[in-house]
Amino acid sequence: MKLKTVILAGTALAYAGGAAVAEDMTLVSWGGAYQASQKAAYADPYVADHPDINVIWDESSNEAVAKLRAMNEAGNVTWDLVDVVASDAIRLCDEGLALEIDPATDLADAPDGTSAADDFGDLLVSECFIPQIVYSTTFGYRSDIDDWGGKEPDDICDVFDLETFPGKRSLEKRPINNMEWALLCDGVPKDEVYSVLETDEGLERAFKKLDTIKDNVVWWSAGAETPQLLADKEVVIGSTYNGRLFSLIEEQKQPVKMLWDAQVFDLDGWIIPAGLPEDRLARVKDFVKFATDTQRLADQAKYISYGPARKSSAPLVGKHADLGIDMAPHMPTDPENAKNTFLYNYEWWADYRDDIDAKFQAWLSQ
Amino acid sequence: MSDTTAGEVLTTKDGQPLKVALAKALRREKLRSLALIAPLLIFVLLTFVAPIVDMLFRSVENSIVEETLPRTVVALREWDADSGQVPDEAVYAALYADLAVAVEEKTHTRLGSRLNYEEGGMSSLFRKTGRRIKRMDEAGPFKEQFLEADRKWGELATWNVLRQFSPRFTDGYFLSAFDAQRTADGIEMKPDNERIYMLLFGRTLFLSIVITVSCLVLGYPIAFLLASLPLRSSNLLMILVLLPFWTSLLVRTSAWKVLLQQQGVINDFLVWIGLISDANRLVMINNQTGTIIAMTHILLPFMILPLYSVMKTISPTYVRAAKSLGANDWTAFWRVYFPQSVPGIGAGAVLVFILSIGYYITPELVGGTSGIFISNRIAYHISSSLNWGLAAALGTLLLVAVMVLFTVYDKIVGIDNVKLG
Repeated sequence: MKLKTVILAGTALAYAGGAAVAEDMTLVSWGGAYQASQKAAYADPYVADHPDINVIWDESSNEAVAKLRAMNEAGNVTWDLVDVVASDAIRLCDEGLALEIDPATDLADAPDGTSAADDFGDLLVSECFIPQIVYSTTFGYRSDIDDWGGKEPDDICDVFDLETFPGKRSLEKRPINNMEWALLCDGVPKDEVYSVLETDEGLERAFKKLDTIKDNVVWWSAGAETPQLLADKEVVIGSTYNGRLFSLIEEQKQPVKMLWDAQVFDLDGWIIPAGLPEDRLARVKDFVKFATDTQRLADQAKYISYGPARKSSAPLVGKHADLGIDMAPHMPTDPENAKNTFLYNYEWWADYRDDIDAKFQAWLSQ
Repeated sequence: MSDTTAGEVLTTKDGQPLKVALAKALRREKLRSLALIAPLLIFVLLTFVAPIVDMLFRSVENSIVEETLPRTVVALREWDADSGQVPDEAVYAALYADLAVAVEEKTHTRLGSRLNYEEGGMSSLFRKTGRRIKRMDEAGPFKEQFLEADRKWGELATWNVLRQFSPRFTDGYFLSAFDAQRTADGIEMKPDNERIYMLLFGRTLFLSIVITVSCLVLGYPIAFLLASLPLRSSNLLMILVLLPFWTSLLVRTSAWKVLLQQQGVINDFLVWIGLISDANRLVMINNQTGTIIAMTHILLPFMILPLYSVMKTISPTYVRAAKSLGANDWTAFWRVYFPQSVPGIGAGAVLVFILSIGYYITPELVGGTSGIFISNRIAYHISSSLNWGLAAALGTLLLVAVMVLFTVYDKIVGIDNVKLG
């Protein structure tokens, strides 16, 4: 009897011990509402089906490129999956720090049988990049400014119009997007923006246009700054990511409206670090396949106003999980919002980023 | 010395010359103390000095070109850059052989990113050519095929960059850090619209000095009060000094944002009392003023604490003696008290200056465009542009600048004249 108890207890212990050895999987993301949406839409349902996996979140996406490079040089990559914007994914792929993926085997097909490659379409901008969302950098403006005499900006060039819309603006402290908007408002046709910007004269033109509002600009470097500045009335119009403006308008009920004109689309998605051991790689590939399927991407839109990267997810986008409002009209990809959009040219910026950034910083400090 | 007669050597009991015995004892003593500090010394060397040296080494290291394109580098040596002609077929053949291997190992895009720091467009050139290389005819001729892949292979600029950066070591990063570049006519300054680092270095030094001085002006009276008030009130004052010291840096910086911004507390108050009109609110943040105010506040305890610990040791009897000898309050302070507090000023000033010269997060948050420091650019190159070579060069310059200033300081004030208590 006693022996039996001991054996039973021993078995129970061994069983408990076996179950306790959950395997860690480290996911790197941006923190905040965005990471919360990923946790709710991807990680929680996955862990419910795979209790042996223990998901650890690391809020390092901001400096992921540098950290991944340092890890790679040290020969100890501790991350399993990293969330980065598309341009960073391209650089990580160039540097050999991210694993190339094969959409046919690594990604799930759409429910109607469309292949993953077709479902994501053009958004697969790099061999290493698995897109999740389409976000846009766009403007929000205060709708209670007396000086504007009842007028509201509805055109990107209103940002440069200090006569009709006096007040401070906030722009990102980097050339990307600002240079394009400046040229667009200086009369350059949309499809010629990059070829004009490539020349010294074009660059000069963009800076001249920005000069017209330079004294009225507050420059931001973190996405949370513009919503804060708008809420404090420090600026009357400012650029940031559309999801930030959504929470300012819908969740915090601030008197702010969206100016969707010439919004710049950008992508955010996963990369798998290069050099993972077999077992970890197999595990993370299984997770990615699940986390980027049609339903999961659509689910994410319940928590945050970013558009799913798959075409097949769009019809499945429903209502906000807490607010209960329809999410579709808040998506940057919604036809009503996407009347005039601007496509950010990754390849071009990969080439000219270093050069133009130096000039932009010099221009800023003059 | 003159007491000992010539030829007579002092010895110990067992006949050893005293000098030798003394040296031996001293050496043993030294070895023992060295053994005692050895763990810390090794720790510091391994975890502090070695990584810094390794990082600084990146500012000249440039083996990536030779490692990725070994044959091309050799072939390019034959090429006369001044001829105005692109290299001949042999170089293109070498390039093909190198790139075929590099594409296999996926190192070509890495090289492209590296060279893109020097010449915009190299990144896509290598990515594009890498995609084409497998479809090229192995038999040649290669020059045409490369030109077909991208016309940039037919441009002199491309080859000049490759040639200029083919040696294992480069001064290119340091030149960039000095806002200079190497052209066909030798080293010259970059055009005005690209110069930024020297301006930032200058601004960093200037603002650090301003911050140090304002810390001193604000901190000295507080430290004086702390040292001279009775214990009960000085303890309370001490808590007031330390409380912000213990508060998170980000909280303090954000608090300044709330206070200083145009719709902030201070401006609201000034408008309310009618000192300024609503249309002319003061701009006190996102510029140099913001950086100076926020950093002075944050670094103030580093000035007050060393000052206080030195002032605490100054006996009040000196001032009393001076006064009884007929000095008025000011003379007693200036001639007697102040000179004794100078070592504290020295310590506080060095501490505040060195801390502020490498400050990063506060200028980033409140500095706007005119209040950012060189460290903000270093951070940008480390974490954003990935140009670690340039970051290392800028870091080296900053380190050298601090060391030079420290030496000058030592010459003028004397480092022995610095006391922390």
